[in-house]
Amino acid sequence: MSSPSSNAASVSTSASTTTIHLTVNGRTRTLSVEPRRTLLDALREDLHLTGAKPGCNMGQCGACTVLLDGEAVYSCLALAIECQHQAITTIEGLAHDDQLDPVQQAFIDHDALQCGFCTPGQVLALKSLLLRDPHPDDDAIERAMAGNLCRCGAYPKILAAARSLAGRAS
Amino acid sequence: MPIRIVTTHLEFEGQVEEVRVVLEGEEPPAWGPDTPFQVVGKPTARVDARERVTGAAEYSYDVQLPGMLTAAGLRSPHPHARISRLDASSALAVPGVRAVYSHLNAGDFINPSSGKPVFGNELLYHGDLVALVVAETPEQAREATRAIDVAYEPLPFVTAPDAALAANAPMVNTAVPSNTISDEYPQVYQRGDVEAALAQAEVTIETRMETPAALHNSLETHGGAASWDGSRLTVWSSTQGVFGARQQAAAALGLPMTAVQVITQYMGGGFGSKLGVHRSGLLAAYASRQLGLPVKYMLDRTEENLDAGNRPPSVQAYRLGAAKDGTLAALDLAVIHNVGANGLWSSPVALPAKELYQCANVRTTDRAARTNLGTLAAFRAPGVVEGIAGLEVAIDALATELGMDSLELRRKNFAERYQLLDRPYARKMLLDCYRIGAERIGWETRDAEERRYPGGRSGHLRRGIGMASQLWGGDGGPPAQAIAKLLPDGTAVIITGTQDIGTGTRTVLAQIAAEELGYPLERVRVELGETAHGVFSPMSGGSMTLASVGPAVRMAAVEARKELTEVIGQLAEAPADALDIRNATVFNRETGAEMGGVSTYLEQLGGHEITAKGMRGPNAEDVTVRTFGAQFAEVEVDIGTGAVRVVRIVAVHDCGRIINPLTYSSQIEGGIIQGLGFALTEQRIVDERLGMVMNPNLGDYKAPTIRDIPQIDIVLLNEPNVVANTLGVLGAGEPPIIPTPGAIANAVGHALGKTVTRLPLTPDRVLDMLSTTTERS
Ligand code: FES
Ligand code: FES
Repeated sequence: MSSPSSNAASVSTSASTTTIHLTVNGRTRTLSVEPRRTLLDALREDLHLTGAKPGCNMGQCGACTVLLDGEAVYSCLALAIECQHQAITTIEGLAHDDQLDPVQQAFIDHDALQCGFCTPGQVLALKSLLLRDPHPDDDAIERAMAGNLCRCGAYPKILAAARSLAGRAS
Repeated sequence: MPIRIVTTHLEFEGQVEEVRVVLEGEEPPAWGPDTPFQVVGKPTARVDARERVTGAAEYSYDVQLPGMLTAAGLRSPHPHARISRLDASSALAVPGVRAVYSHLNAGDFINPSSGKPVFGNELLYHGDLVALVVAETPEQAREATRAIDVAYEPLPFVTAPDAALAANAPMVNTAVPSNTISDEYPQVYQRGDVEAALAQAEVTIETRMETPAALHNSLETHGGAASWDGSRLTVWSSTQGVFGARQQAAAALGLPMTAVQVITQYMGGGFGSKLGVHRSGLLAAYASRQLGLPVKYMLDRTEENLDAGNRPPSVQAYRLGAAKDGTLAALDLAVIHNVGANGLWSSPVALPAKELYQCANVRTTDRAARTNLGTLAAFRAPGVVEGIAGLEVAIDALATELGMDSLELRRKNFAERYQLLDRPYARKMLLDCYRIGAERIGWETRDAEERRYPGGRSGHLRRGIGMASQLWGGDGGPPAQAIAKLLPDGTAVIITGTQDIGTGTRTVLAQIAAEELGYPLERVRVELGETAHGVFSPMSGGSMTLASVGPAVRMAAVEARKELTEVIGQLAEAPADALDIRNATVFNRETGAEMGGVSTYLEQLGGHEITAKGMRGPNAEDVTVRTFGAQFAEVEVDIGTGAVRVVRIVAVHDCGRIINPLTYSSQIEGGIIQGLGFALTEQRIVDERLGMVMNPNLGDYKAPTIRDIPQIDIVLLNEPNVVANTLGVLGAGEPPIIPTPGAIANAVGHALGKTVTRLPLTPDRVLDMLSTTTERS
């Protein structure tokens, strides 16, 4: 939303495109993007990887979560051109061949999803936690997942899935 | 099959509606309490969970087509203004921009739901649509919205409902001569004589409850992708009802319904706000037709929170009168609704007051104000969430006044019959819900010193236990259809026109069909979410999907199986009724002999697919079907900071037979969590001086996170309601959110010895309560 009485803003920020290389799910991809393109839009619009979801486009929901060198980040807050030297993992790259990642399987088994719109982000946020701490306690799980909103309220089951992966019964 | 037309009654969110339904054939007899099951009733992972955890599920937001353009909206920064100048030339000069639509060039595009132009030059609220930009990329579209040169002439505005209804109030819309919804308001319901009963009552109390505007914040925003190919329009709509969306899109574009198809395979939550195609979907369709290219318009989060509806604010004033023994003598409720700029209806906030307790003298008065704020939309049990909170807090206050246990007071005023139509309930398990919930939460010891003061009396923590009742329809009804097709390889397809909005509809329908066919679950595929190949099903709202569509699916499966056993009987030269099918294998019932898989027979038929139809039969007449339930909450309040932590919720709901206990518990948990947000943190905040919404985003609008979740104990009653439908099921989507805010409010009231008058219970309000509200014992 802009100025109250007039909306005019004449300066065009449209810029020419730049060629970049992104390593996504183990493959190097070459794209031509405007510098202002976010990682989320590059994944979705240019690479047609639509698993990362735009829940807000302003870093407030976590639906766009992907892994950068194993670390969960909001891809709506990163520019694609900044991510050329990191390994990007999206939800599409988590399963190998037909074998689901254990986090994905745990989400299915515990019904840790309803509409599923937040789910790719939730799965990757938990994956990132387990990569650095294979046996997190509840507090660590909640801290790691607190930036991923689920409006359907799948939280109790996300917690149950996480506990099972941490080697603890719910 | 003979066709008949039956008149039946549908109850949707408090309104009874008479409908004619076409029926074909007979529904099978209802599943009884002792029917044995293989698949139904077993905790079952979602049949489409894999797509949802791998990113393969395609939501409307994800639809990408060659040449597809993206739209972005420019929104009004004023609560009420006239557009005095709009110049789109700079916007059109932004590279990649294909069109800018506004009242200047698209003023004749009418939204069929309201009958009004989609683009007006009078803007009625912060966030009202000024113009739409269509461009090649999302960045270009957003940039171009900022380049539109608009001059606004601000007009007087009003955001508070009582101010809107006052004499000489500014008009919310200068084209409409009144700020109320219609001359049917105020709406008054009465039975008996409330004033006389109040005057004579031995005990009277007055309470008040103000509830905030809550924003749905479905994680997928409203919108759609549309593709016009010259003769046919396809809309991928994030909707709770593909058939209604088709009808709206066809009407808006002046197309025959055959020329429109709507697809909703996966959608990211709606909670009542996505019952149609939405203005955003219509605009995508309009632009696609104008430009001859596919167009996607998904609202951004700010647009969503300003213009995609809300649970509207309510102000409720209760007056209760009772005898000293607790018998309720009078109940008076006055509600003021704030329905926003274009509201055409008000929510059934007064429904619980009319129905929940036995009372001969009841009056409810609904006043409804339109204001210069975004318009209301249905939100998970609209009105009833707010009404239960108000009423149940009033009942607790009355119990305190009487010196009675509040649960005892509720039992004393238990309503045996449905008082609005003076007829019986099909079943009412509310007393069981009270008993079981009270036991689980430890109601008896709720006043024990060590429970109420976890850190001792001198500490800063107070615990309280409270509860609230739940009532809701959720019995569904016709029309709803399904088709079952048995394929030669021993698999089956169930076709309906419903949609799975995240509730697990695909899974429960597959379970029902698998059960009746005698097929393993993996062999049954449910096709839904599209108008072109689906058969009519109602929108997914009012907790009626399963109770409406489930029986149709069951009937289709029963009919298909009948035909299957006849075919096999003739091929195997055995009487059809001697054949049993289990695990897609044929058995002779009498000898127990295995006769091979169903495919052995079906493959002999030259590709023929056995095809059978099922329809939801009429509802039972002269009886009211309800889900009843109760929730008990235990909270801990820090009297130093005002922070409230919900420790535990016990939920006991009668939702009839439970087809899938796993997804059922997910629904219950989800409802409770949304209710918890409504009770403690969620509210649209409006700066009254500016008329602007201050928190139209997910950062400042505080929806619950994983850190806010209490222990949730769900009691599974699982009692089939055989009067309701042939499955014995009732809806479970809305019931769980209904009692949560009331139960939490009563628990906080118990912890502090006060009566809650406003939601949400933010820390500042809790501290306020501690210093100002009158004590209660
Ligand atoms: S879309 Fe990135 S945090 Fe919401
Ligand atoms: S499953 Fe719907 S938002 Fe999380």
